[in-house]
Amino acid sequence: MINKINDSLEQAVAGIHDGATVMIGGFGNAGMPAALIDALIAQGASELTIVNNNAGNGDTGLAALLKAKRVRKIICSFPRQTDSHVFDALYRAGEIELELTPQGNLAERIRAAGAGIGGFFSPTGYGTMLADGKETRLIDGRHYVLESPLHADFALIKALRGDRWGNLVYRKTARNFGPIMAMAAKCTIAQVAEVVELGQLDPETIVTPGIFVQRLVQTSQQESK
Amino acid sequence: MHRFSREQIAARVAQDIPEGAYVNLGIGLPTKVANYLPADKEIFLHSENGVLGMGPAPAPGDEDEDLINAGKQPVTLLAGGAYFHHADSFAMMRGGHLDICVLGAFQVSATGDLANWHTGAADAIPAVGGAMDLAIGAKQVFVMMEHQTKSGESKIVSHCSYPLTGIGCVNRIYTDLAVLDVGEHGLIVREIVDGLSFEELQKRTDAPLLHAA
Repeated sequence: MINKINDSLEQAVAGIHDGATVMIGGFGNAGMPAALIDALIAQGASELTIVNNNAGNGDTGLAALLKAKRVRKIICSFPRQTDSHVFDALYRAGEIELELTPQGNLAERIRAAGAGIGGFFSPTGYGTMLADGKETRLIDGRHYVLESPLHADFALIKALRGDRWGNLVYRKTARNFGPIMAMAAKCTIAQVAEVVELGQLDPETIVTPGIFVQRLVQTSQQESK
Repeated sequence: MHRFSREQIAARVAQDIPEGAYVNLGIGLPTKVANYLPADKEIFLHSENGVLGMGPAPAPGDEDEDLINAGKQPVTLLAGGAYFHHADSFAMMRGGHLDICVLGAFQVSATGDLANWHTGAADAIPAVGGAMDLAIGAKQVFVMMEHQTKSGESKIVSHCSYPLTGIGCVNRIYTDLAVLDVGEHGLIVREIVDGLSFEELQKRTDAPLLHAA
Protein backbone atom coordinates (compact mmCIF):
# COMPACT_ATOMS: atom_id res chain seq x y z
CA MET A 1 0.00 0.00 0.00
CA ILE A 2 1.30 3.41 -0.90
CA ASN A 3 1.00 5.93 1.86
CA LYS A 4 2.77 9.29 1.46
CA ILE A 5 1.38 10.63 4.72
CA ASN A 6 3.96 11.38 7.40
CA ASP A 7 2.96 11.20 11.04
CA SER A 8 4.90 14.27 12.11
CA LEU A 9 6.28 17.53 10.75
CA GLU A 10 9.72 16.38 11.90
CA GLN A 11 9.45 13.28 9.73
CA ALA A 12 8.10 15.33 6.82
CA VAL A 13 11.20 17.57 6.62
CA ALA A 14 13.76 14.84 7.33
CA GLY A 15 16.65 14.69 4.88
CA ILE A 16 16.66 18.33 3.79
CA HIS A 17 20.42 18.79 3.54
CA ASP A 18 22.74 21.74 4.01
CA GLY A 19 23.07 23.64 0.72
CA ALA A 20 19.74 22.37 -0.65
CA THR A 21 17.57 24.45 -2.97
CA VAL A 22 14.15 24.67 -1.34
CA MET A 23 11.07 26.16 -2.96
CA ILE A 24 8.57 27.57 -0.50
CA GLY A 25 5.01 28.24 -1.64
CA GLY A 26 2.96 31.28 -0.80
CA PHE A 27 2.32 34.85 -1.87
CA GLY A 28 2.83 36.89 1.26
CA ASN A 29 1.16 34.82 3.95
CA ALA A 30 -1.46 33.24 1.67
CA GLY A 31 -0.33 29.67 1.00
CA MET A 32 2.84 29.97 3.06
CA PRO A 33 3.48 26.57 4.70
CA ALA A 34 4.27 27.99 8.14
CA ALA A 35 4.26 24.65 9.98
CA LEU A 36 6.75 23.11 7.55
CA ILE A 37 9.00 26.19 7.74
CA ASP A 38 9.01 25.99 11.53
CA ALA A 39 9.88 22.30 11.25
CA LEU A 40 12.72 23.15 8.84
CA ILE A 41 14.09 25.70 11.32
CA ALA A 42 14.01 23.04 14.06
CA GLN A 43 15.59 20.48 11.70
CA GLY A 44 18.62 22.74 11.29
CA ALA A 45 19.55 22.63 7.58
CA SER A 46 21.62 25.65 6.58
CA GLU A 47 23.28 27.33 3.59
CA LEU A 48 19.94 26.98 1.82
CA THR A 49 18.90 28.56 -1.46
CA ILE A 50 15.26 29.57 -1.11
CA VAL A 51 12.81 30.20 -3.95
CA ASN A 52 9.71 32.20 -2.97
CA ASN A 53 7.84 35.16 -4.39
CA ASN A 54 8.82 37.33 -1.43
CA ALA A 55 11.52 37.36 1.21
CA GLY A 56 9.46 37.02 4.35
CA ASN A 57 7.04 39.22 6.28
CA GLY A 58 7.23 40.20 9.93
CA ASP A 59 9.17 37.77 12.11
CA THR A 60 7.47 34.43 11.45
CA GLY A 61 7.56 31.83 8.68
CA LEU A 62 10.13 32.57 5.97
CA ALA A 63 11.31 35.66 7.87
CA ALA A 64 12.11 33.41 10.87
CA LEU A 65 14.14 31.05 8.64
CA LEU A 66 16.12 34.05 7.38
CA LYS A 67 16.55 35.39 10.89
CA ALA A 68 17.98 32.02 11.98
CA LYS A 69 20.71 32.57 9.32
CA ARG A 70 19.90 29.40 7.42
CA VAL A 71 19.60 31.03 4.01
CA ARG A 72 22.58 31.77 1.77
CA LYS A 73 20.62 32.95 -1.25
CA ILE A 74 17.05 33.88 -2.13
CA ILE A 75 15.49 33.82 -5.59
CA CYS A 76 12.35 35.97 -5.60
CA SER A 77 10.45 38.77 -7.34
CA PHE A 78 9.45 41.10 -4.54
CA PRO A 79 11.67 41.13 -1.44
CA ARG A 80 10.91 44.67 -0.31
CA GLN A 81 7.73 45.12 1.69
CA THR A 82 6.62 47.28 4.55
CA ASP A 83 7.37 44.47 7.01
CA SER A 84 10.37 42.78 5.37
CA HIS A 85 12.80 44.11 7.99
CA VAL A 86 14.56 40.75 8.52
CA PHE A 87 15.51 40.44 4.84
CA ASP A 88 16.30 44.15 4.53
CA ALA A 89 18.84 44.00 7.36
CA LEU A 90 20.55 40.84 6.04
CA TYR A 91 20.69 42.26 2.50
CA ARG A 92 22.14 45.59 3.60
CA ALA A 93 24.73 43.75 5.71
CA GLY A 94 25.71 41.66 2.68
CA GLU A 95 24.73 38.45 4.47
CA ILE A 96 22.29 37.16 1.87
CA GLU A 97 22.51 36.89 -1.91
CA LEU A 98 19.49 38.07 -3.94
CA GLU A 99 18.54 36.85 -7.41
CA LEU A 100 15.71 39.15 -8.48
CA THR A 101 13.40 37.72 -11.15
CA PRO A 102 10.24 39.24 -12.63
CA GLN A 103 7.31 37.35 -11.12
CA GLY A 104 6.04 35.82 -14.35
CA ASN A 105 9.52 34.67 -15.33
CA LEU A 106 9.90 33.19 -11.85
CA ALA A 107 6.64 31.24 -12.24
CA GLU A 108 7.47 30.09 -15.77
CA ARG A 109 11.03 29.08 -14.81
CA ILE A 110 9.54 26.91 -12.08
CA ARG A 111 6.90 25.48 -14.43
CA ALA A 112 9.54 24.84 -17.12
CA ALA A 113 11.67 22.84 -14.69
CA GLY A 114 8.68 20.71 -13.76
CA ALA A 115 7.76 20.20 -17.41
CA GLY A 116 11.24 19.22 -18.57
CA ILE A 117 11.84 22.36 -20.63
CA GLY A 118 15.50 23.35 -21.03
CA GLY A 119 14.86 27.10 -21.31
CA PHE A 120 12.41 29.49 -22.90
CA PHE A 121 12.30 32.89 -24.56
CA SER A 122 10.25 35.41 -22.57
CA PRO A 123 9.40 38.97 -23.65
CA THR A 124 9.33 40.05 -20.01
CA GLY A 125 12.31 42.13 -18.94
CA TYR A 126 13.72 42.69 -22.43
CA GLY A 127 15.81 45.86 -22.48
CA THR A 128 15.84 46.18 -18.70
CA MET A 129 18.67 45.70 -16.20
CA LEU A 130 17.15 42.35 -15.17
CA ALA A 131 18.01 40.99 -18.61
CA ASP A 132 21.61 42.26 -18.57
CA GLY A 133 24.00 39.64 -19.93
CA LYS A 134 21.24 37.27 -21.02
CA GLU A 135 20.88 35.87 -24.53
CA THR A 136 18.16 37.59 -26.55
CA ARG A 137 16.40 36.72 -29.78
CA LEU A 138 14.13 38.51 -32.24
CA ILE A 139 11.20 36.21 -33.07
CA ASP A 140 8.48 37.38 -35.48
CA GLY A 141 9.36 41.01 -34.81
CA ARG A 142 9.36 40.78 -31.03
CA HIS A 143 12.34 40.74 -28.66
CA TYR A 144 12.73 37.90 -26.15
CA VAL A 145 15.15 36.99 -23.37
CA LEU A 146 16.36 33.43 -22.77
CA GLU A 147 15.31 32.25 -19.31
CA SER A 148 16.46 29.06 -17.62
CA PRO A 149 14.39 26.47 -15.75
CA LEU A 150 14.49 26.61 -11.96
CA HIS A 151 14.82 23.21 -10.29
CA ALA A 152 14.73 22.42 -6.59
CA ASP A 153 15.72 19.62 -4.27
CA PHE A 154 12.65 20.17 -2.10
CA ALA A 155 9.40 22.12 -2.24
CA LEU A 156 7.41 23.01 0.86
CA ILE A 157 3.82 23.86 -0.01
CA LYS A 158 0.45 24.27 1.67
CA ALA A 159 -2.80 22.79 0.40
CA LEU A 160 -6.30 22.39 1.79
CA ARG A 161 -6.90 18.66 1.36
CA GLY A 162 -4.84 15.69 0.28
CA ASP A 163 -5.05 11.89 0.15
CA ARG A 164 -2.44 9.18 0.80
CA TRP A 165 -1.46 9.12 -2.89
CA GLY A 166 -0.56 12.81 -2.72
CA ASN A 167 -3.45 14.30 -4.71
CA LEU A 168 -4.09 17.89 -3.62
CA VAL A 169 -6.68 20.63 -3.74
CA TYR A 170 -5.98 24.17 -2.56
CA ARG A 171 -7.94 27.03 -1.04
CA LYS A 172 -8.62 30.32 -2.87
CA THR A 173 -5.55 32.47 -3.63
CA ALA A 174 -3.44 30.28 -1.33
CA ARG A 175 -2.96 28.08 -4.42
CA ASN A 176 -0.51 30.52 -6.09
CA PHE A 177 2.91 28.82 -6.52
CA GLY A 178 1.96 25.46 -4.94
CA PRO A 179 1.06 23.46 -8.08
CA ILE A 180 4.12 24.53 -10.11
CA MET A 181 6.60 24.17 -7.24
CA ALA A 182 5.25 20.65 -6.67
CA MET A 183 6.22 19.87 -10.28
CA ALA A 184 9.70 21.41 -10.09
CA ALA A 185 11.14 19.75 -6.97
CA LYS A 186 12.65 16.28 -6.61
CA CYS A 187 10.83 15.94 -3.29
CA THR A 188 7.63 17.88 -2.65
CA ILE A 189 6.33 18.08 0.89
CA ALA A 190 2.77 19.34 1.38
CA GLN A 191 1.14 20.42 4.61
CA VAL A 192 -2.63 19.95 4.41
CA ALA A 193 -5.45 20.92 6.72
CA GLU A 194 -7.29 17.69 6.08
CA VAL A 195 -6.35 14.20 4.91
CA VAL A 196 -9.17 12.42 3.10
CA GLU A 197 -9.70 8.85 1.89
CA LEU A 198 -8.79 7.88 -1.67
CA GLY A 199 -11.71 8.72 -3.94
CA GLN A 200 -12.98 11.54 -1.75
CA LEU A 201 -11.33 14.21 -3.91
CA ASP A 202 -13.31 14.67 -7.12
CA PRO A 203 -10.89 13.50 -9.87
CA GLU A 204 -12.25 16.27 -12.13
CA THR A 205 -11.10 18.95 -9.70
CA ILE A 206 -7.79 17.62 -8.34
CA VAL A 207 -5.32 20.47 -8.94
CA THR A 208 -2.04 18.67 -8.19
CA PRO A 209 -2.03 14.98 -9.12
CA GLY A 210 -0.14 12.78 -6.63
CA ILE A 211 2.76 12.06 -9.00
CA PHE A 212 4.12 15.53 -8.08
CA VAL A 213 3.93 14.99 -4.31
CA GLN A 214 6.23 12.76 -2.26
CA ARG A 215 5.21 13.54 1.34
CA LEU A 216 2.13 14.92 3.09
CA VAL A 217 1.61 15.94 6.65
CA GLN A 218 -1.60 17.06 8.31
CA THR A 219 -1.55 20.22 10.37
CA SER A 220 -4.30 21.55 12.58
CA GLN A 221 -7.26 23.22 10.85
CA GLN A 222 -6.46 26.37 12.77
CA GLU A 223 -2.97 26.51 11.43
CA SER A 224 -3.74 25.54 7.84
CA LYS A 225 -7.24 26.66 7.06
CA MET B 1 -4.45 76.35 -11.62
CA HIS B 2 -6.90 73.48 -11.39
CA ARG B 3 -5.55 69.94 -11.11
CA PHE B 4 -7.38 66.63 -11.09
CA SER B 5 -7.26 64.93 -7.72
CA ARG B 6 -6.10 61.32 -7.53
CA GLU B 7 -9.73 60.30 -7.18
CA GLN B 8 -10.64 62.27 -10.32
CA ILE B 9 -7.82 60.64 -12.29
CA ALA B 10 -9.08 57.22 -11.16
CA ALA B 11 -12.64 58.13 -12.22
CA ARG B 12 -11.35 59.33 -15.61
CA VAL B 13 -9.46 56.05 -16.22
CA ALA B 14 -12.58 54.08 -15.28
CA GLN B 15 -14.55 55.83 -18.05
CA ASP B 16 -12.26 54.21 -20.66
CA ILE B 17 -12.79 50.64 -19.46
CA PRO B 18 -15.58 49.00 -21.50
CA GLU B 19 -17.93 46.26 -20.41
CA GLY B 20 -16.44 42.80 -20.84
CA ALA B 21 -12.83 43.95 -20.50
CA TYR B 22 -10.33 41.78 -18.61
CA VAL B 23 -8.39 44.28 -16.52
CA ASN B 24 -5.47 44.27 -14.11
CA LEU B 25 -5.14 47.23 -11.75
CA GLY B 26 -1.60 47.62 -10.45
CA ILE B 27 -0.87 48.14 -6.77
CA GLY B 28 -1.02 51.62 -5.29
CA LEU B 29 -2.85 54.43 -7.09
CA PRO B 30 -4.40 52.23 -9.86
CA THR B 31 -6.30 50.22 -7.23
CA LYS B 32 -8.56 53.27 -6.83
CA VAL B 33 -9.95 52.77 -10.35
CA ALA B 34 -12.01 49.83 -9.04
CA ASN B 35 -14.09 52.28 -6.97
CA TYR B 36 -15.27 54.06 -10.13
CA LEU B 37 -16.17 51.13 -12.38
CA PRO B 38 -19.90 51.44 -13.07
CA ALA B 39 -21.97 48.85 -11.25
CA ASP B 40 -24.13 48.19 -14.30
CA LYS B 41 -21.19 47.00 -16.43
CA GLU B 42 -19.57 43.57 -16.07
CA ILE B 43 -15.78 44.07 -16.01
CA PHE B 44 -13.42 41.24 -15.05
CA LEU B 45 -10.68 42.19 -12.61
CA HIS B 46 -7.56 40.02 -12.65
CA SER B 47 -5.03 39.78 -9.84
CA GLU B 48 -1.56 38.35 -10.45
CA ASN B 49 -1.78 36.00 -7.46
CA GLY B 50 -4.35 33.84 -9.23
CA VAL B 51 -7.83 35.32 -9.35
CA LEU B 52 -10.24 36.53 -12.02
CA GLY B 53 -13.54 38.11 -11.08
CA MET B 54 -12.15 39.88 -8.05
CA GLY B 55 -14.72 41.79 -6.01
CA PRO B 56 -14.45 44.68 -3.55
CA ALA B 57 -12.92 44.60 -0.08
CA PRO B 58 -14.88 42.47 2.40
CA ALA B 59 -16.89 43.93 5.26
CA PRO B 60 -14.87 44.26 8.48
CA GLY B 61 -14.74 40.84 10.14
CA ASP B 62 -15.26 38.95 6.86
CA GLU B 63 -11.60 39.02 5.80
CA ASP B 64 -10.10 35.71 4.63
CA GLU B 65 -6.30 35.41 4.73
CA ASP B 66 -6.45 33.03 1.76
CA LEU B 67 -8.24 35.57 -0.44
CA ILE B 68 -6.01 38.57 -1.12
CA ASN B 69 -4.99 40.81 -4.03
CA ALA B 70 -1.56 41.63 -5.43
CA GLY B 71 -1.11 44.26 -2.73
CA LYS B 72 -1.81 41.51 -0.16
CA GLN B 73 -5.02 43.23 0.98
CA PRO B 74 -8.16 41.15 1.64
CA VAL B 75 -10.64 41.05 -1.26
CA THR B 76 -13.74 39.07 -2.27
CA LEU B 77 -14.66 36.90 -5.25
CA LEU B 78 -17.67 37.65 -7.45
CA ALA B 79 -20.04 34.86 -8.48
CA GLY B 80 -18.43 33.39 -11.60
CA GLY B 81 -14.90 34.20 -10.41
CA ALA B 82 -12.06 31.68 -10.63
CA TYR B 83 -8.78 30.76 -8.95
CA PHE B 84 -5.68 29.46 -10.76
CA HIS B 85 -1.97 28.97 -10.14
CA HIS B 86 0.79 31.49 -10.79
CA ALA B 87 2.02 30.15 -14.15
CA ASP B 88 -1.53 30.37 -15.55
CA SER B 89 -1.98 33.82 -14.04
CA PHE B 90 1.12 35.16 -15.77
CA ALA B 91 0.22 33.34 -18.99
CA MET B 92 -2.89 35.53 -18.96
CA MET B 93 -0.64 38.61 -18.84
CA ARG B 94 2.28 37.60 -21.04
CA GLY B 95 0.05 35.78 -23.50
CA GLY B 96 -1.84 38.96 -24.37
CA HIS B 97 -5.16 37.84 -22.86
CA LEU B 98 -5.69 40.89 -20.66
CA ASP B 99 -7.32 43.82 -22.43
CA ILE B 100 -6.08 46.59 -20.17
CA CYS B 101 -3.68 47.05 -17.32
CA VAL B 102 -3.41 50.24 -15.31
CA LEU B 103 -0.04 51.02 -13.73
CA GLY B 104 1.59 53.77 -11.74
CA ALA B 105 4.90 55.20 -12.92
CA PHE B 106 8.00 57.18 -11.96
CA GLN B 107 8.50 58.18 -15.61
CA VAL B 108 7.06 57.54 -19.06
CA SER B 109 8.99 58.45 -22.21
CA ALA B 110 7.69 60.00 -25.43
CA THR B 111 7.94 56.57 -27.08
CA GLY B 112 6.05 54.79 -24.31
CA ASP B 113 8.98 53.42 -22.32
CA LEU B 114 7.93 52.83 -18.71
CA ALA B 115 9.98 53.19 -15.51
CA ASN B 116 8.04 52.19 -12.43
CA TRP B 117 9.89 49.55 -10.42
CA HIS B 118 13.21 50.88 -9.13
CA THR B 119 14.69 54.27 -8.43
CA GLY B 120 18.17 52.90 -9.02
CA ALA B 121 19.37 54.52 -5.79
CA ALA B 122 22.41 52.75 -4.36
CA ASP B 123 20.77 51.88 -1.04
CA ALA B 124 17.38 50.88 -2.51
CA ILE B 125 16.39 47.22 -2.25
CA PRO B 126 15.12 46.30 -5.72
CA ALA B 127 11.72 44.61 -5.99
CA VAL B 128 10.00 44.05 -9.33
CA GLY B 129 7.06 41.74 -8.66
CA GLY B 130 4.78 41.46 -11.69
CA ALA B 131 5.45 44.96 -13.08
CA MET B 132 7.56 43.85 -16.06
CA ASP B 133 5.12 41.10 -17.04
CA LEU B 134 2.15 43.48 -16.89
CA ALA B 135 3.96 46.19 -18.84
CA ILE B 136 4.62 44.02 -21.88
CA GLY B 137 1.65 41.69 -21.65
CA ALA B 138 -1.66 43.53 -21.71
CA LYS B 139 -3.17 44.64 -25.03
CA GLN B 140 -3.35 48.20 -23.71
CA VAL B 141 -1.23 49.71 -20.95
CA PHE B 142 -2.63 52.78 -19.20
CA VAL B 143 -0.43 54.76 -16.82
CA MET B 144 -1.87 57.02 -14.15
CA MET B 145 0.43 59.36 -12.28
CA GLU B 146 1.05 62.95 -11.25
CA HIS B 147 2.28 65.00 -14.21
CA GLN B 148 5.21 66.36 -12.22
CA THR B 149 7.20 65.31 -9.19
CA LYS B 150 6.81 67.17 -5.92
CA SER B 151 9.83 69.28 -6.87
CA GLY B 152 8.22 70.18 -10.22
CA GLU B 153 10.12 67.91 -12.60
CA SER B 154 8.18 66.42 -15.48
CA LYS B 155 7.48 62.70 -15.15
CA ILE B 156 6.89 62.60 -18.91
CA VAL B 157 10.35 62.66 -20.49
CA SER B 158 12.17 62.18 -23.77
CA HIS B 159 14.18 59.32 -22.29
CA CYS B 160 13.66 57.68 -18.90
CA SER B 161 16.49 58.23 -16.44
CA TYR B 162 15.18 55.59 -14.01
CA PRO B 163 15.72 51.87 -14.75
CA LEU B 164 13.19 50.65 -17.32
CA THR B 165 10.27 48.31 -16.69
CA GLY B 166 9.43 47.87 -20.36
CA ILE B 167 10.20 49.41 -23.75
CA GLY B 168 7.54 51.14 -25.85
CA CYS B 169 4.76 49.52 -23.86
CA VAL B 170 2.58 52.45 -22.67
CA ASN B 171 -0.48 53.39 -24.77
CA ARG B 172 -2.15 56.12 -22.73
CA ILE B 173 -1.16 58.41 -19.84
CA TYR B 174 -3.60 59.95 -17.35
CA THR B 175 -2.21 62.70 -15.14
CA ASP B 176 -3.55 65.43 -12.92
CA LEU B 177 -3.17 67.82 -15.89
CA ALA B 178 -3.97 65.88 -19.04
CA VAL B 179 -4.78 62.68 -20.92
CA LEU B 180 -2.18 61.78 -23.55
CA ASP B 181 -1.84 59.00 -26.09
CA VAL B 182 1.53 57.57 -27.09
CA GLY B 183 1.31 57.86 -30.88
CA GLU B 184 3.60 56.77 -33.66
CA HIS B 185 5.02 60.28 -33.97
CA GLY B 186 4.95 61.31 -30.32
CA LEU B 187 2.64 62.22 -27.48
CA ILE B 188 -0.82 63.32 -28.54
CA VAL B 189 -2.78 65.53 -26.14
CA ARG B 190 -6.38 64.27 -25.86
CA GLU B 191 -7.61 66.31 -22.92
CA ILE B 192 -6.29 69.14 -20.76
CA VAL B 193 -7.58 70.17 -17.37
CA ASP B 194 -9.80 73.30 -17.43
CA GLY B 195 -7.89 76.56 -17.39
CA LEU B 196 -4.58 75.20 -18.72
CA SER B 197 -3.50 75.94 -22.29
CA PHE B 198 -1.63 73.55 -24.59
CA GLU B 199 1.42 75.81 -24.33
CA GLU B 200 1.27 75.82 -20.53
CA LEU B 201 0.99 72.02 -20.54
CA GLN B 202 4.00 71.83 -22.86
CA LYS B 203 6.03 73.95 -20.42
CA ARG B 204 5.36 71.36 -17.72
CA THR B 205 6.25 68.42 -19.97
CA ASP B 206 9.81 67.35 -20.87
CA ALA B 207 8.87 65.88 -24.24
CA PRO B 208 7.30 67.43 -27.35
CA LEU B 209 3.50 67.34 -27.40
CA LEU B 210 1.28 67.06 -30.45
CA HIS B 211 -2.22 68.43 -30.95
CA ALA B 212 -4.91 65.84 -31.48
CA ALA B 213 -5.91 65.74 -35.15
